Amino acid sequence: MNLLDLFTGRSEAKKQPTKSEAPSHWIKCPSCQALMYYKEVENQNYVCPKCSHHLRIKVDQRISMLCDDNTFVEMDATLKPVDPLKFVDKKSYVKRVEENVKKTSRTSSVVSGECEINSIATQLVVFDFAFMGGSLGSVEGEKIVRAVERAIEKKQGLVILSASGGARMQESTYALLQMSKTSAALAKLAKHKLPYISVLTDPTMGGVSASFATLGDIIIAEPGALIGFAGQRVIKQTIGSDLPDGFQRAEFLLEKGSIDMVVNRNDLKKTLSDLLKMMLGK
Amino acid sequence: MATYLDFEQKIKQIQEDIITAEVRHDSAAAEILKKELDKEVSKTYKNLSAYQQLQLARHQDRPYALDYINLLLEDKYEIHGDRHFRDDEAIVCYMGYIAGERVMVIGEQKGRGTKNKLKRNFGMPNPEGYRKALRAAKLAEKFNLPLLMLIDTPGAYPGLGAEERNQSEAIARNLLELSQLNTQSVSVVIGEGGSGGALAIGVADKLVMMRYSVFSVISPEGCSAILWNDPTKVESATNALKITSQDLIKLDLIDDIIDEPLIGAHRDKEGAAKAIGDYFLSAIRELRELSDEERLEKRYKRLTGVGAYAE
Ligand SMILES: [Zn+2]
Repeated sequence: MNLLDLFTGRSEAKKQPTKSEAPSHWIKCPSCQALMYYKEVENQNYVCPKCSHHLRIKVDQRISMLCDDNTFVEMDATLKPVDPLKFVDKKSYVKRVEENVKKTSRTSSVVSGECEINSIATQLVVFDFAFMGGSLGSVEGEKIVRAVERAIEKKQGLVILSASGGARMQESTYALLQMSKTSAALAKLAKHKLPYISVLTDPTMGGVSASFATLGDIIIAEPGALIGFAGQRVIKQTIGSDLPDGFQRAEFLLEKGSIDMVVNRNDLKKTLSDLLKMMLGK
Repeated sequence: MATYLDFEQKIKQIQEDIITAEVRHDSAAAEILKKELDKEVSKTYKNLSAYQQLQLARHQDRPYALDYINLLLEDKYEIHGDRHFRDDEAIVCYMGYIAGERVMVIGEQKGRGTKNKLKRNFGMPNPEGYRKALRAAKLAEKFNLPLLMLIDTPGAYPGLGAEERNQSEAIARNLLELSQLNTQSVSVVIGEGGSGGALAIGVADKLVMMRYSVFSVISPEGCSAILWNDPTKVESATNALKITSQDLIKLDLIDDIIDEPLIGAHRDKEGAAKAIGDYFLSAIRELRELSDEERLEKRYKRLTGVGAYAE
């Protein structure tokens, strides 16, 4: 960098793709720092070709990656959040929802519907972390319960891919009670002996982790995903010391016996259909 | 020594005056003072802010689960341990009798005094606590004992061991199992109903709150820090979260408010215990009118019917 660059604010770092232009051109792997052409990463479903780090993937691509071509039919897309508590913090909840709807073109952090996974008809629920941090509110809980009910009615399996910071504070106790709502529905699914596979992606925390996400017959996590009940900052504050390396990561949970497997995103579709096939006896 | 909050100072003064009058055998003065006390109590406690109610819910003289268990249960035996890891003393389980009725009681227990606070982990259960609770609930189901759950926790413990032993699963498993547990069940928030750690023993035929208890998705302190990015907005967060019993019954998120003495459980432990006992007995009588299938279906509909959304 020369002196002129410093004064004009141009530097080496600034010449590199900025965050806003990155998706159109270059993506930097947060793990190995490799700079890659976006197409290369997209083709790998946002798994770093250099180090296999799993980057966050958009919900649409997630769905097309898992479902057979043109089989996904979205359901309950008309469900919209309301503001039962007239919640206002630094911003109003209504305003926050508006902003997130604009940002994601969705009204909820959950996309749900029916699909075929390697020809196995399945109820699929996918969390969108981009919508209010994937938080669990009334709409999300209702979509999950309806997916469970459709699975029972059609004798299908259920797959939920979670990515969530937890319950949505702006819906307060309504949000909290979505934990028991979804868990009760899953108890009913279990009585019908229908399979539920929970896929934990980065991050799956709090009220989502402490309800449906942890109740899968089989629990799969993506490599490196942060998964836990309490946030790391809260734990650090409580115990007054640093956390061990790899704490609350997918591999840590596997070692502790909390999940069944850690599966590379590019192997997920086959893993899901193989497991569903076995559990459904197809 | 009783502890008085700012807004209780006048009550403190009158109560002290009554004692003085009684010591002097001045029964006329004591009578007048007692009437004044009633007036002051209804004036003070009928107009509490949400933040004042939060202070009452956490009041150090407020009865804890064991206080109620000792006041309500006869011929009781404590049930210990999850059979896997250890006995978590932040949750207590007792079998005994309330007014001749066999019952299982599960309670989150805060400690009083430094030593007890540590012993009870400040009422913050670890996974083995929730697993012990589930074991007790299953015993209740097996032997057809009605189940009373007393909620009083700042939240499930956020620690290394808790995460290693899968705090998430312990809570989630309770939500699932309690949703279909086949016995009459009542959960009462007696003080602080802190998030998932409270809900883990809050899934029942009836979820009810004591008058001055609170129930929330996150502590007002946590909410203030996260949403306001400012640790001093606790009172704003308390108001926004709608955590009082009066708020939650209006929103139809709880089934009833238990008629805790107006002066508060922290000033009338016996009255508060009697209110819980009476409510519980009448609730299980009502629930016994239903067949098992009807009761479980009603519980399922109530649990899965919660939500505010547009379509
Ligand atoms: Zn990489």
